[in-house]
Amino acid sequence: MEIFLSSLVSVAFHGLAYGMILYVISVGLSVTMGLMGFTNLAHGVFAMTGGYVLVVSLSKFDIPFPLALALCFGLVALVSVVLERTLYARLYGEAELEQVLFTIGLIYMSVAVARLIFGTLQQPVILPEYLKGQFSLMGRDFPAYRVFLILFTSAIIAALWFGVERTIWGAKVRASVDNRAMAQSIGINTKSLFTTTFAVGSGLAGLGGGLGAEIVAIQPTYPFEQLVFFLIVVSVGGLGSLRGPFVAALLIGVTDTACKYWLPEFGAFFIYIATIGLLLWRPQGLLGKRS
Amino acid sequence: MSQLVGYTVDSRVRWTEYLPWVLAVLVYFLLPDYLSLGSRVLTYILFALSLDLIIGYAGIITLGHASFFGLGAYITGILAAKLGVTDPLIQLLASGLGAGLLGLVTGAVILKMKGLTQLMLTLAISALCLEVANKATFITGGADGLSGMEIAPILGLFKFDLFGKTAYLYCLFLLFLTWVVIRRLIYSPFGVSLMGIRENAARMHAIGAPVYQKLMVVYTLSALIAGLSGALLAQTNQFVGLNVLGFEPSGELLVMLILGGVGRLYGAFVGPVVFLLAQDYLAKQFPEYWYFGIGLLLVLVVLFARGGVLGILDKFTASSKARQSGAQSS
Amino acid sequence: MKFTFNAVVLAGFSLLAMACGSSAMAETVKIGFISSYSGAAAAQGDQLDKGVKLYMKLNGDKLPPGVKVELITRDDTGPNPDVAKRVAQELIVRDKVQFLTGLVWTPNMAAIAPLTTEAKVPFVSMNAAGARVMVNAPYMTRVSFTLWQSAYPLGQWAAKKYKKAYTAVSDFAPGHEAEEGFIKGFKEGGGEVLGSVRVPLANPDFVPFMQRIKDAKPDVLFGFNPAGKAATAMMKSYADLDLPKAGIKFIGTGDIVTDEELQGMGDVALGITTVHHYSAASDRPSNKAFVAAYKKEFGADLNPGFMVVAAWDAMDAIYAAIREQGGKVDPDKSMEFFKKWKSSTSPRGSFSIDPETRDVVNPEYLREVKKVAGKLANVEIETIGTAIKDPMKEADKKK
Repeated sequence: MEIFLSSLVSVAFHGLAYGMILYVISVGLSVTMGLMGFTNLAHGVFAMTGGYVLVVSLSKFDIPFPLALALCFGLVALVSVVLERTLYARLYGEAELEQVLFTIGLIYMSVAVARLIFGTLQQPVILPEYLKGQFSLMGRDFPAYRVFLILFTSAIIAALWFGVERTIWGAKVRASVDNRAMAQSIGINTKSLFTTTFAVGSGLAGLGGGLGAEIVAIQPTYPFEQLVFFLIVVSVGGLGSLRGPFVAALLIGVTDTACKYWLPEFGAFFIYIATIGLLLWRPQGLLGKRS
Repeated sequence: MSQLVGYTVDSRVRWTEYLPWVLAVLVYFLLPDYLSLGSRVLTYILFALSLDLIIGYAGIITLGHASFFGLGAYITGILAAKLGVTDPLIQLLASGLGAGLLGLVTGAVILKMKGLTQLMLTLAISALCLEVANKATFITGGADGLSGMEIAPILGLFKFDLFGKTAYLYCLFLLFLTWVVIRRLIYSPFGVSLMGIRENAARMHAIGAPVYQKLMVVYTLSALIAGLSGALLAQTNQFVGLNVLGFEPSGELLVMLILGGVGRLYGAFVGPVVFLLAQDYLAKQFPEYWYFGIGLLLVLVVLFARGGVLGILDKFTASSKARQSGAQSS
Repeated sequence: MKFTFNAVVLAGFSLLAMACGSSAMAETVKIGFISSYSGAAAAQGDQLDKGVKLYMKLNGDKLPPGVKVELITRDDTGPNPDVAKRVAQELIVRDKVQFLTGLVWTPNMAAIAPLTTEAKVPFVSMNAAGARVMVNAPYMTRVSFTLWQSAYPLGQWAAKKYKKAYTAVSDFAPGHEAEEGFIKGFKEGGGEVLGSVRVPLANPDFVPFMQRIKDAKPDVLFGFNPAGKAATAMMKSYADLDLPKAGIKFIGTGDIVTDEELQGMGDVALGITTVHHYSAASDRPSNKAFVAAYKKEFGADLNPGFMVVAAWDAMDAIYAAIREQGGKVDPDKSMEFFKKWKSSTSPRGSFSIDPETRDVVNPEYLREVKKVAGKLANVEIETIGTAIKDPMKEADKKK
């Protein structure tokens, strides 16, 4: 029994860490999809880029960890703005097939580039000393880095929710998600709103990718492999919503970890079954808006 | 509506429609060393046809079509390697039925959804199939793959040989039969109603067309055909590995189809030919650049060359016709 | 008149010269080399490639006069058996190779086995170690290793020191064989196996498995992975989850501390005991010369792993077969030659091929990771045997 409880705590802890990372990465996708109606399957590319930025900053340039994290957010946000203005903007309003193909094309290209520059294998993350080792709490040892992760991502999420629910920018975003035409007619500049929101969402993905590099390994096929999980978080959570994907991400994180721990023979099997089940029950997602 | 998708309603057989078959037969006689590549091309043409039915004609985007392909391949593989059922025609039938059944079951779930959710489900189902194949090592061989497949000679007469001669003709024959069926389907009232659904599902609902049922039919049929092509792959390779499942083959097929031209009768022919031949030559020399090239191709096609190769050819013939008639009238 | 006569003589001499030239023209023996250059296995594929290139650079001239070797290289993109099969088929049918070699991955070897039998093309495995694959493949032989050769003696050794073990292997044929071999040896020595996990081959996340193992509290963890970066990942998760502090020792076949990755694993690897047929740190003269040549060619910071050695030895065997047959190679004669092959100049020590099973007979060493001149090295502390046949086949015989 003692062992079971101990395992339970362990699973909950690791699951929480994984789920929060998933959320930080996927929330950008949820908002931009709800806001712009653009099926951006290449969202994982931003996360991967953030991961590589972190790894390179830490190992090649000896940049201090906090600064490296800031770079993850900033650089990726910048890149996303460039991409959005030059390429994505051309496809707004186009049919879904075009957007899907386009973004898949982007994935292929970035995977190839990542392979060419970094080789095919997982990148090791060199953590700063103060984040290594174990953290003792109530007689149990928890990996310090994951404790940091949970605390830090909680802060990010709190900031995000505050930003979307209490600021004017947030209000504009919510208005445009609800009814774009109406928002435009009352003078909201949806075009620049798209760009800034896209930048924030992609920056968050980059940050999540960098933070989560320990848990979700950074390697060239990352955008392909993780795509299904980001999409699950968004569809199960509900497009355009903030809280829904949070619940979904935590559920996925904990379920995935639990399965890997107790039933390693089944791997990610149950997640897919659970997803299908959930969607059959609530097709618009847990907290999504019925279209 | 997507501009990538084009169609035509003229059902008379044009002379150009004989070309692919003539070419295929010529290849058999003129390029005997390349027949295994040829069988691969034919198999993928069949696979691409099945995808075209869904994307091009029914307008449903799927990123997991390889689930049916892979299931068909594994059914044949398991029958041949583990259950001792060696007759290729029985294997083919089983694969088609099995994949069709999966299509029925998954279609029931997927076709009720829309947009991103639908897309994501196709991915999830695909990932699920891959997971199952990966874990069920005792029956699928897992990462080691399924070898030791025994395929009896077709009809007791034609043995599958090292050079791929039998395989090639077998694939060609099967492709031809399926092709005849699909062509009739597309030019039938059913086919026209499919295009109606693709263009505007709401309006189809409004005129009382049973949209969901029709989509189920085409989805199941498409799954069945994909299963057949998977069986073909397994039989010609006499091996099944994990890479018949998952996003990789689904994505590759999508690229092939877009390259050729979606929603057109022959896009599914042109695409795999161009793609596989280019891959055979280029991917060996420059594997990373090849991958980059595929991505770039997709982006460029979406931005500039919708309709793929056939679309470009169309524009070309249209503009030359315009010039001709312009010249005549002046 | 005189001009014409001269022209005819000139023409005659030219023809004669050409005739002599063409008989002295090279007899080209084509070798098809399949390795993994792209995909997750590129690091291992690269090891094979380096071994082949090094051998051909230093020994490429050791051929009968007028005989040339043409190496045709292909990429199987990783553990993708059907790509490997297609590639092998093309090499046989289109390029008409007379030998096939290479292959990092056992699944790929299983896939091409029927081809080698049908087309009668000898295949020398440079790494693919799955033992059962070769049973019904009369044209296949191997110069690398089998998993039981290292796992079984390790199991026997471990049973003397530890009571409870847990095994964690990659989920494919060599992994299963390593698990079997270790468990048999360990149980025979009176040990108890608490549990076994099989980690997915592609992009494994070792952390949940390591957590589970930590909670089961064994004395020792036996690991196997396909070397390359997976080795580093496994070692890292062993360290990250503090298994060393929990008193769980890590042992395995040499793959877990593979030489080309060892430096990157850090001090957590110190003290890890493994059994393997090759260590780059060995001070055998044949090895010292080999390592020196390797560093000279590829960089002073790099160490050759066991795959480089196997590639080298495979080329050595093939070249010898070509020399033996004077350049006119016949598949059956080549196989007969391979079955009797013994090499005493290999960097690993001497090894040979077992004529009954066509599998490799290896020396096996017990090694421990120590710091030598400030760098981590697999130091050979004991020679377990100099000519160990594959214990699995011996065990299968008894069944």
